[in-house]
Amino acid sequence: MAQIVLDRLAARFTDGEILESGSAHGDEWARVRRDAWIPVTMFLREDPATKMEMFIDLTCVDRFGMRASPGGLNPHGLAARGPSANPSAPTEVPTGEPPRFDVVLHVYSVSLKHRVRLYCGVTEEDPSVDTLVSVWPGTNWFEREAYDLYGVRFKGHPDLRRILMYPEFVGHPLRKDYPKEKRQPLVRRQAGRD
Amino acid sequence: MGFEFHTSSLKAAVNWARKFSLFQYPFVTACCGMEFMSVAAPKYDIARFGAEFPRFSPRQADLLIIVGTITERQGPALRRIYDQMCEPKWVVAFGVCASTGGFYQNYSTMPGADQVVPVDVYIPGCPPRPEQVLDGLMLLMDRIQRGEGHSQIAIEAERGYDVPLAAIRPIDKMGTLGGSPNPPATGPAGQNPSGSHAIGPTGGKP
Repeated sequence: MAQIVLDRLAARFTDGEILESGSAHGDEWARVRRDAWIPVTMFLREDPATKMEMFIDLTCVDRFGMRASPGGLNPHGLAARGPSANPSAPTEVPTGEPPRFDVVLHVYSVSLKHRVRLYCGVTEEDPSVDTLVSVWPGTNWFEREAYDLYGVRFKGHPDLRRILMYPEFVGHPLRKDYPKEKRQPLVRRQAGRD
Repeated sequence: MGFEFHTSSLKAAVNWARKFSLFQYPFVTACCGMEFMSVAAPKYDIARFGAEFPRFSPRQADLLIIVGTITERQGPALRRIYDQMCEPKWVVAFGVCASTGGFYQNYSTMPGADQVVPVDVYIPGCPPRPEQVLDGLMLLMDRIQRGEGHSQIAIEAERGYDVPLAAIRPIDKMGTLGGSPNPPATGPAGQNPSGSHAIGPTGGKP
């Protein structure tokens, strides 16, 4: 559907910024190195061949417990398009354990009618990535949500506060290691009148 | 024989009047609100039972209808609204979410509105049929007539009258429901050891 997007990324970023890319169910995806998060997204927005004007969604995935999957370098469960299938795609495949969190970005080009999905791996030890507010201002509250529920820090975000949970809440409830039954009540009935 | 004078007669008359002039405050948070509109609309017509006007100020209402899921974050607001209502006051939990948390079992949903306010009638259903709501309303009216609403019992206890202790749901110090079946849960005024209702991030601890 939008192979042109991956081709443009492969042509522009030749220094291993694009770790993997592929296509699944008619949608293209690419895995971006963390330090190239802003250049890649800014390029997608500005390049006349991609023209990703519209930010669709930003969220996060916690791959807790999937790190030691045998033989599974590709944590998507999708068929990665290897160098043989797509010579223009970058050939570098990440090695070692995949990072625990994936920040997932969906963007769409209204004028060219194509879309792409970008992943950015974020490690558990340093769960941070650059904010995209300077690229698409609409990411502001989405990044706050990802910070609130997953604890991913977006460096440079203008207002990185919790957005869904209350300020007194401790922890990040959509992390897979957050206890399912754990409640953090703000108020309860008191012994006494009622 | 001579004259017999029952102090309960006036109370019965007052309660009779109360049960037919409920002024509701709908605390609508979720999809059950649609069913609440259905009950209030002419087809089912909750006005037949005297609960006609929704008052959108808690100070003018004496029946708090909690319609929909209550999250932990809404707890302080719900408690404040309850505290602002004039006594005697009653609370109906409309739907399973308000009654027990429903099928939500997670970090954000309160497991029943009775964690923060005393509920007199629980109406199950997801959402409840309007007939169920009217049935619940009539249950509440019976309860009002008998003087067994939580708030009625509390008022009686403050005045030093005997109260039907079986109707009191005890609360232990952690703020969760439970404890022995017949504790002196309510006492005369000014003997509340744990202070008044706390609103704040204290986690229910005094």
